[in-house]
Amino acid sequence: MDWAKHQVLEKSSILLLIGILITVAIGGLVEILPLFWLGSTIEKVSGVRPYAPLELAGRDIYIREGCYVCHSQMIRSLRDEVERYGHYSLAAESMYDHPFQWGSKRTGPDLARVGGKYSDEWHKAHMTDPRSIVPESVMPGYPHLGQRALDYDNIAENMKALRVTGVPYSDEMIASAAADLETQADPNAKDLQAFLARYPKAQVRQFDGDPGFISELDALIAYMQMLGTLVDFATYDAAGPNLR
Amino acid sequence: MAAMLEREEWKAFSDFLALAAAGLFTLIGLILALAGADPAMQFHGCVLLGAAGLSFLYILTKVIERREPKEETGYADGVIRAGTIATVFWGVAGFLVGDIIAWQLAYPALNLDLPWTSFGRLRPLHTSAVIFAFGGNMLIASSFYVVQRTSRARLAGKWSPWFVFWGYQLFIVLAATGYILGVTQSKEYAEPEWYVDLWLTAVWVVYFLVFVGTLAKRQEPHIYVANWFYLAFIVTVAMLHIVNNLAVPLSLLGSKSYVIYSGVQDAMTQWWYGHNAVGFFLTAGFLGMMYYFVPKRAERPIYSYRLSVVHFWSLIFLYIWAGPHHLHYTALPQWAQTLGMTFSIMLWMPSWGGMINGLMTLSGAWDKLRTDPVIRFLIVAVAFYGMSTFEGPLMSIRSVNSLSHYTDWTIGHVHSGALGWVAFISFGTIYCLVPWLWHRRALYSQRLVEWHFWISTLGILLYITSMWVSGILQGLMWRAYDSLGFLEYSFVETVEAMHPFYVIRAVGGLLFVLGSLLMVYNVWRTIRGDEPVDAAEQPSIAAAPELRPAAAA
Repeated sequence: MDWAKHQVLEKSSILLLIGILITVAIGGLVEILPLFWLGSTIEKVSGVRPYAPLELAGRDIYIREGCYVCHSQMIRSLRDEVERYGHYSLAAESMYDHPFQWGSKRTGPDLARVGGKYSDEWHKAHMTDPRSIVPESVMPGYPHLGQRALDYDNIAENMKALRVTGVPYSDEMIASAAADLETQADPNAKDLQAFLARYPKAQVRQFDGDPGFISELDALIAYMQMLGTLVDFATYDAAGPNLR
Repeated sequence: MAAMLEREEWKAFSDFLALAAAGLFTLIGLILALAGADPAMQFHGCVLLGAAGLSFLYILTKVIERREPKEETGYADGVIRAGTIATVFWGVAGFLVGDIIAWQLAYPALNLDLPWTSFGRLRPLHTSAVIFAFGGNMLIASSFYVVQRTSRARLAGKWSPWFVFWGYQLFIVLAATGYILGVTQSKEYAEPEWYVDLWLTAVWVVYFLVFVGTLAKRQEPHIYVANWFYLAFIVTVAMLHIVNNLAVPLSLLGSKSYVIYSGVQDAMTQWWYGHNAVGFFLTAGFLGMMYYFVPKRAERPIYSYRLSVVHFWSLIFLYIWAGPHHLHYTALPQWAQTLGMTFSIMLWMPSWGGMINGLMTLSGAWDKLRTDPVIRFLIVAVAFYGMSTFEGPLMSIRSVNSLSHYTDWTIGHVHSGALGWVAFISFGTIYCLVPWLWHRRALYSQRLVEWHFWISTLGILLYITSMWVSGILQGLMWRAYDSLGFLEYSFVETVEAMHPFYVIRAVGGLLFVLGSLLMVYNVWRTIRGDEPVDAAEQPSIAAAPELRPAAAA
């Protein structure tokens, strides 16, 4: 090999720059771009829908508090994980997650299917003072969430921004965003049926048990209780038509 | 005469440009402070207003006085001195926050149950402070030092290097205060929101222009190998940062945005970014440092030119592919996982090529390891680099990863790289730079460097060994079955088992913080110009170039 040829690159900052750019671009192009057009990347499953406004507000609180730092939302296809947490996570289940919350560390357990696993009362007590429920827990307490009113004046704006990124929120969903958020926290709301038609399987109740106002805790528990509940795994067939 | 005039005109133009930019950002700060849609944005508007306003006033007084900076000729070292001090400051701050959150994991009451002090908000503060504030300032300062010396040219730009320095500090302040207030887009190591990302992009483009501009006016025909690594670091980090952070803000006056990617594509893009933050920010850039400061301090040439060529191109080509090893057994398609694992394993070779090139540079001068603790910092850093880059490919193997992923083993691995490699090579570089930049005969105390070295080495060993044990223990507990075929441990039993290791880790971190405080003291006394206590024991290379005995020159 003629090592002197490398001097061409060493003597021109522009050629060196171009060489570097080409070299570092290839890996990303090959690994990332196909995920956007290969149809098999995301399974075709029914049930996955955009987040209802209260769930979305809860998800934003989950992000704000950095829950992803200690909790994953990605059940790997390993025997012990499936037995501990439930069916392994599908790509389709996070297709509307901007950004994804798969996480990278389990200081606490995986939350991909925590929905329905514990009662609202459990969550409320656990969020307020984790060690009152789980003495060995190392989770911080979040007593302020239940005391703080949820700020949802702009929830329609959040949904509009998500629509730009590709989440299929309809005009109707955006127009009724704030009302839908209130409906989900109020079992006696008038437009319950219309809400459930827009967001199938949404759970409607006062999540933090405090009827006075919609708190940040209401939103967070609404989000926790829906995690992993949208796909019906009794009918999901990994080897059948859903195969990716 | 014509050339003189042209130069004057250029100066006036650059002054005007600097003033206009400062004025523009003062205005933007004012608008955000008054009309920001949320308290965080209003607060950040005030910060921008203050920072840009002060810059505007400063530039204005300089322009009116028409007083040239002192060092108009020769190397521009003022900005490097500032960067060195900033590196030391943010380093201690970042290590301290890291140790606080380590104690929080051992004793959760330390979270205080307040929003601003919980682990979830402080952890990004720690990672950003050490990676971007400590590491970033070290990279910018050392690259400015190296590119000038190896090009025999003054830094390009009059205001631009200072804009890079102060603009970068502003980025750090905006990001850090944002985390505490809950402003985050939750992408690891890319947590700052859209407007902070935009600001960093502006700073980074100017950094790139200063670096390339300096290369362009070099007096040396060849671009030195350290600069290849610095250039690859600057260019690739720009690419990663821009692609990974594309987002749709709710409003131009609000802090919240949503990234354009979702789910599996977002995961792949994020870890393409995340792993190459390691590969290019924490590796390529710091290898640039190794390629200058190891041969300089050892007063030996680089071991092999050919190895540096092969190792450079193969490292930057292979690293970019390694991201998917963060996503084994997830919903990422298997072909991508396999590519990530394959390239991660191949990456072992160029990594060790770099390690060998660094270590073997000491050929014929191994005794310096015993006599010069500064070179010991530099060389032990390269050894830790070799260890981490062996451990990394090992952990990228799918079956190993099924055990190690989600556990403290990953945390230990990261810290053997971050503390052992990144911080140690930075400490070595700082101890080189401080006497050189402040025209001192020697460091204030070499014995304090010895103490720093041993205290922090002990800290690292406690840290990584405790995390190996806790990580592997927890991974094994998660997958343990009893004789009836049921999972043997509940999750919280595995949390409980971590406690002693979390205490040991936090003690290790504390030692590391204490070591860094010794460095602060030593650097401060050196800068102040205090008489060195052990100048006779220090090598002649410790002195600033103009103060070295003729024999060594």
